[in-house]
Amino acid sequence: MKRILELTVNGEVRTVLTEPQRTLLEVLREELELTGAKEGCNVGDCGTCTVLIDGEPLLACLTLAVEAEGREITTIEGLAQNGRLHPLQQAFVDHGAVQCGFCSPGVILSAKALLDANPRPTEEEVREAIGGNLCRCTGYTKIVEAVLSVSHALNTGGTK
Amino acid sequence: MTPPSAIGSRVPALDGVAKVTGAAKFTNDLSLPGMLVGKILRSPHPHARILSVDTTQASRVAGVRAVVSGKDTLGIKYGTIDPFMDELGLAVDKVRYIGDEVAAVAAVDEDTALEALKLIRVEYELLPAVFSPEESMQPGAPRLHDHVENNISGRILIPAGDVEKGFRESDHVFEDTFRSGWITHCNLEPHVALAASDLSGRLTVWCNTQVPFRFRADLAKTLGLSLGMVRVIKPFMGGGFGARWEILGVDFCAALLARKTGKPVKIVYDREEVFSASRRKVPMTVYLKTGVRKDGTLVAKHCRVLADGGAYNGLGPQIIASGATQLTNLYRFEHFRYEAYHVYTNNPVTSPMRGFGNTAVRFADDSQLDRIARELNLDPVEIRLKNAVQQGDVTLLGAKMKSCGLSECLEVVARETDFHSKRGNLGRGRGIGIAAGVYVSGSKIWVPHDSSSAFVKLNEDGSVSLLTGTADIGQGSTTVLAQLVAHELGISPQEVTVIAADTDVTPFDLGTYASRVTFIAGNAVLAAARDAKRQLLEVAAEKMKADPESLELRDHGVFLKGTTEQAMLLEEAVVAALFSSQGIPIMGRGSYNPPTDYDPQVRKGSRTLAYAFGAQVAEVEVNLETGQVKVLSLGAAQDCGFAINPMAVEGQVEGGVTMGLGQALYEDCLMEEGKTLNPSFAEYKIPSARDVPEIRTYLVEPIDPEGPYGAKGIGEMPQLPTCPAIANAIYDAIGVQIKSLPITPEKILAALKEKELQGVSP
Repeated sequence: MKRILELTVNGEVRTVLTEPQRTLLEVLREELELTGAKEGCNVGDCGTCTVLIDGEPLLACLTLAVEAEGREITTIEGLAQNGRLHPLQQAFVDHGAVQCGFCSPGVILSAKALLDANPRPTEEEVREAIGGNLCRCTGYTKIVEAVLSVSHALNTGGTK
Repeated sequence: MTPPSAIGSRVPALDGVAKVTGAAKFTNDLSLPGMLVGKILRSPHPHARILSVDTTQASRVAGVRAVVSGKDTLGIKYGTIDPFMDELGLAVDKVRYIGDEVAAVAAVDEDTALEALKLIRVEYELLPAVFSPEESMQPGAPRLHDHVENNISGRILIPAGDVEKGFRESDHVFEDTFRSGWITHCNLEPHVALAASDLSGRLTVWCNTQVPFRFRADLAKTLGLSLGMVRVIKPFMGGGFGARWEILGVDFCAALLARKTGKPVKIVYDREEVFSASRRKVPMTVYLKTGVRKDGTLVAKHCRVLADGGAYNGLGPQIIASGATQLTNLYRFEHFRYEAYHVYTNNPVTSPMRGFGNTAVRFADDSQLDRIARELNLDPVEIRLKNAVQQGDVTLLGAKMKSCGLSECLEVVARETDFHSKRGNLGRGRGIGIAAGVYVSGSKIWVPHDSSSAFVKLNEDGSVSLLTGTADIGQGSTTVLAQLVAHELGISPQEVTVIAADTDVTPFDLGTYASRVTFIAGNAVLAAARDAKRQLLEVAAEKMKADPESLELRDHGVFLKGTTEQAMLLEEAVVAALFSSQGIPIMGRGSYNPPTDYDPQVRKGSRTLAYAFGAQVAEVEVNLETGQVKVLSLGAAQDCGFAINPMAVEGQVEGGVTMGLGQALYEDCLMEEGKTLNPSFAEYKIPSARDVPEIRTYLVEPIDPEGPYGAKGIGEMPQLPTCPAIANAIYDAIGVQIKSLPITPEKILAALKEKELQGVSP
């Protein structure tokens, strides 16, 4: 039986009518038309569906939409503010950390959660934080560089 | 300030912003009004005759719009070329592997489609099955395809020189047998197709294809439609690596169901289907015998490849040929014999994956070379340099090396990684290894042409629309091709909009494979840009009453050569043509088909005009108690010709090396009687950020005379040396050579145990 859910997504309250067994990934993609979170495996192995819930990276394919009620959901679509890319988004573009782009939304959100909690991570901490986000294209070198460049800029007061 | 050059610079991906904001739409992000969900019923048996398929009950489920099986199809087979076409979109009489497509359903939602699948009744007569090529080639083994005797669907024999004489003249002869694993692409975007048929019966298919024009041809053929009735569009695509070179059940069934229902139908494979019922790399057993002089000069090689083709050919019979030139194009030697057999089994279908049959052979050759060096007490870098192919060489099989950075790659990577100071001084359980590789820039291996074409359309503001049939599958061709146009027309790459991979709109292109896009499509795009430039300069010259030869394009304008004063803005030239009495659009047209001289009858000559080379060094630490291997560092020197976009080249190298690392150490589909036991990312592990060290890339840029501004293709080459480099580092660390991939802790412990029994300590 369908029920009404109120989800706070990217700072906006969205109302959806959906079955309680629907995952957050299905609701985001199919009901709210937020297709930035990807379905790479649907069983929690690949990380392409990563979103932030109250600032923590979570796999939307393993989270029921009802569990996310009353919490702040951030998807990749919510990261750019006032027409400006988030520094991580900009760094991923500038450092060539994006190839096919299928994993990028999830990787960027995992990295954001890391930098919000730990603005000065070591390379190892970056690799650990994005360890659940698989990428088959880049070999991770440029992804790690991009994340560390933002950390460096945050700590030296640079803009990029 | 002079703007940065459009080529040779680290231009960020033009579609990067779309990808980091979620704006980029991949096929599964698309939906159409009234769209249905399609699902496929697959064979649970490795080999069986289909006696009947009863869809009555499934069709009655509320919400089901169509159920189709083999009898609803034309039964037209597809594949590369005659006589290798052996595959059907839906099985008609037989199933040949676990996962073969038997029926498909379109329904209003996924739950309904899955419920209907369960109600399809298929009656099978089980047939005996075979799961290894050795077993399958035996007389009396169950035959998979009626027209192929002994299940050997492809065989190649290439003699060159006198191999027996070569062995007699050698001081030492080495013989080894190597094996590769069951590797699969693991592009993160699952296989997906969305098909819609309009009232006239015209079909549009959006799918993650590497080869839109090939897809159009195969879909039209198997559905009995004329080519003009099918349009294939590739949206943003989440990786390919060879996985999406052939139409598969997903594409055929979505199209068939869309035609049957008159509604759009989308099929997305779940990850288990991708792993167990799509495509994988051809696993090979490589026997290699090499004759060598005592100074390390290679004399003769005899190589025999036995390939597990799985249930259908795919590109397998062509893939097995590649090993020959992988051997002759890298190190010089005089006498050669190459034999390869492609054998059907009741395993899942094996077909192209990054490396196209070269990976296993390169692993064998560069591993054996390390053994030769060790046993003859020669330096592993020196033995490679001694035998390295050089610019100007015509190889044993007739390949012409017009540019070659192999020696430089070996020297650079050895120097930058401190190879010689580390070798032998790393301590217990640690080792360092080197290997090299070579790869084509496009290939005429199975078709007599290798063409691409492009249109360059100038807009009224001087911006450009580039129309190309090539498919950006994530590697970044959009940006590289735009850079070429921008440089030629004197504008910035950001002023170029790339419209690609839409068979109704973009000109013909063979697609994205064989590392051909930068080289082949690049040359086509360059020709189109030059054609547009010629038109622009003619218009400008007429306006200015000057000679077109005296003019040039730069900084978004027309200049008199040698002067700094702009004579005309680019848009003024465009508008002058467009708003003239004839209203002429500036539209450049270009094409490229490399003038190669390969003769398929004797299998000699160049299949491509340019070869990319590379050399890599791996440093590893082996835990002698557990057998676990940690890769401490990876250095890759890559000959890419001129690097149009060094950042994009590095990205290809880093990605390729990482893929090689997975193949070297753990990637393997575990098979039991045709069943894939580990069809998930949790069980079939690919490298994560935690498993990969920083990869250091060193670009070596010998200008290639045929490449666009001297560039070569490098999509596939970088993953070739990685397996042998890591294997050689492990060999260096533990003193025993492991000859089968992946090199798992179990294999290492077993090798160490055997060595201990022989009384040598690591």
